[in-house]
Amino acid sequence: MLTKTIFAGFGGQGVLLMGVCTANAAMNEGKFVTYLPSYGAEVRGGTANCTVSVSTEEIASPIASSPDHVVAMNAPSLARFQNLAKAGGIFMLNSTLIEQGLSRTDLIEIRVPAGEIADSLGSLRSANMVMLGAYVAASKVVSYRILLEAVESVTGSKRKDLVELNIKAIKAGYDYVEEHYGKADKKKKSAAKAEVQVEKTATEK
Amino acid sequence: MKKRKPARPQTLKEATFHYCPGCGHSVIHRLTAEVIHELGIADKAIGVPPAGCAVLAYFYFDIDMTEAPHGRGCAVATGIKRALPESVVFSYQGDGDLAAIGTAEVIHAANRGENITVIFVNNAVYGMTGGQMAPTSLLGMKTTTSPKGRDHVREGYPVRVCELLSSLDGAVYLERTAVNSVKAIRKTKKAIREAFQTQINGEGFSLVEILSPCPTNWKLSTVDSWKWIDDVMSKYYQIGLIKDTRKGSSKDAD
Amino acid sequence: MKTEAKRLMRGSEAIGEAAIRSGCSCYFGYPITPQNELTEYMAKRMLETGRVFIQSESELAAINMVLGAAATGARVMTSSSSPGITLKQEGISFLASMELPCVIVNVMRGGPGLGNIAPSQSDYFQATRGGGHGDYRTIVLAPASVQELFDLTRDGFDLADEYRIPVIILADGMLGQMMEPLVLKDTPIAPEELPEKPWTLRGAKDRPSRFIRSLILDVNLEEEHNWRLYRKYQRIERREIRFEEYFTEGADMIVVAYGTAARIAKAAVKKCIEKNMRVGLIRPISLWPFPNEKILDLTKYAGHFMCFEMSMGQMVEDVRLAVQGKAEVSIYGRPGGVVPTPAELFRVISRTYNKILREKKA
Repeated sequence: MLTKTIFAGFGGQGVLLMGVCTANAAMNEGKFVTYLPSYGAEVRGGTANCTVSVSTEEIASPIASSPDHVVAMNAPSLARFQNLAKAGGIFMLNSTLIEQGLSRTDLIEIRVPAGEIADSLGSLRSANMVMLGAYVAASKVVSYRILLEAVESVTGSKRKDLVELNIKAIKAGYDYVEEHYGKADKKKKSAAKAEVQVEKTATEK
Repeated sequence: MKKRKPARPQTLKEATFHYCPGCGHSVIHRLTAEVIHELGIADKAIGVPPAGCAVLAYFYFDIDMTEAPHGRGCAVATGIKRALPESVVFSYQGDGDLAAIGTAEVIHAANRGENITVIFVNNAVYGMTGGQMAPTSLLGMKTTTSPKGRDHVREGYPVRVCELLSSLDGAVYLERTAVNSVKAIRKTKKAIREAFQTQINGEGFSLVEILSPCPTNWKLSTVDSWKWIDDVMSKYYQIGLIKDTRKGSSKDAD
Repeated sequence: MKTEAKRLMRGSEAIGEAAIRSGCSCYFGYPITPQNELTEYMAKRMLETGRVFIQSESELAAINMVLGAAATGARVMTSSSSPGITLKQEGISFLASMELPCVIVNVMRGGPGLGNIAPSQSDYFQATRGGGHGDYRTIVLAPASVQELFDLTRDGFDLADEYRIPVIILADGMLGQMMEPLVLKDTPIAPEELPEKPWTLRGAKDRPSRFIRSLILDVNLEEEHNWRLYRKYQRIERREIRFEEYFTEGADMIVVAYGTAARIAKAAVKKCIEKNMRVGLIRPISLWPFPNEKILDLTKYAGHFMCFEMSMGQMVEDVRLAVQGKAEVSIYGRPGGVVPTPAELFRVISRTYNKILREKKA
């Protein structure tokens, strides 16, 4: 079983970190994994993406010409990867920055207001971690528990308060998807309602 | 203590120089060897001969030596010195080697303040390849590749290496000398000693530019080529201390 | 956990860490994509460990700094990508003639000319044919994973010292940029723990002076020098061949690929095996010396060898020489920085394989 995911967004949104955390978690689960960042001239224009491949067998190519899942943090990423994504895969959208939806109907569209959620937690910068939590909730590529450990070990060397914030953000993202897209409830709820929910979760915690 | 007929310095092998009659290399080899012997550094000196007339210098110097590709003397010397800081490393280079193909290497070694010594032999011509124009050939000078005489419009101006390097903070000792008289030879030896001492003291990049006769390619007699250095060459290439910013040195360039 | 600590590491950094743990005491390099992460890693680690790092003014300077440092006996490394390796060829020819050991990393990118910065395998000729002027060889190792980048770099330092020869690690942009789990199974060695080399230039203290040169004007001596190098190369050809086999026994068709291409080929061959096709893979790990005998031996089963390269076909010439006309040889190449998918390669293999079957029946 091979799953390839592309994380994409603006430089500075932390999309590479999302990939590194996922790859570390997969490695700690004993799976085969590769992580390939975009590099060179491609990243000078301010966009960044990386591909994480997770498999139970040796991985041939770390490149995803047709990714199973896509996590898009900004509108250009939606435009760039929508038509490459494999049918039936998950397409995650950071709805804070992406107003439009998918044109394709053969993908599972998951909209997460990552910016708003992160903001409500105290730092807009943790939007990537919100999205990462949401992505793991939706894809189950790695286990939630191991992801938290990986995030702690990857980001933990610097600042303890940052780790706590990251963990909180991942949980918020994870819970958001569980709540809005979990199990029986596959219908999208309105953005307005989602925002109310976010506020509620934020005040509760 | 001055000897009338000095014995062969221990740092020179029992070998006959292959250089042309009147060539400055023989003198400069000897001066360098004497300084290495007198400073007591023969057991830690490592030399880097150039591609050029002095390419076979390892047949003459009785110290460790390694060849360098054309122009790369300063890069090779950098590698040796960094790998073995306790060694005393010098690169021995001609004008084509140092001021044409190896310009980048010498500028950047000087700029890094590499703690090495460069013996730069300027005879204004490519000697080994048969008298072609060098970056230091003087204006009007006829060579096999500037048969009408060097014209700045066609061939550019002669490069003053010491002055060029003097703007770099890493270059701390730059002196220009000649080997066309007993007095000049004595001064050259003193400058070579100063340059090695600079390195031994760990002060940075040192270079001695030596105006050296090439009677064969200048098509002059030995005596006339000595004169030519005085009358023509040193008029363009100012003899003397060009830069000395070593600690404890109050001397500035004239 | 029971296994040795795994860590997720970028390919270029795995090379760097291998150099550190091999006792490499000098690194000289010049920036070029896609291998800057290696230069940056070395900048950090060499300073941390009190060793020598210089960002040189050019690739020419870098390789000649390598020459100088190698002459003192230090373990030395430089790295670059295709256009930069071209510039280093002058020095590599000198290093080969002067028999100075060093490790040179080429993280290949698309060419010719400035080309692009995507992964490619178009420097096979340059690496395996010497690259610079003169009659010489360098050992060329082609890793296919981050683990192998580490392992082969470590081995590269040992081989360089053993044979007094430059060793080229031939990677590509994909291997250099990607991260994979890496297990450090080796015992690190510090520069001061390395055995002394008897030929180095460290000052003529209590011994006669020495010189190292490549200029040998006497034609008889130069011929003898070339013969001596040649005998060394023969020794290496006898002893240092490395390859990986995958379902080669009884295969009607063999795919030959190295490095990144071999990863893709392996996945494609796996698919063939699942479909009961008798297709195998041989992956040369040492590109020079090349596994000629192994490939010749496989002609006893296989009538067709298909080279898959991220170039228009360079290694294929070595495969043709190796089979000695006893099998057909074809090439599937994707140049310019394109990395094909296993599915694409599987279709190509299937086409050729079915043709072989049809011809067999006819």
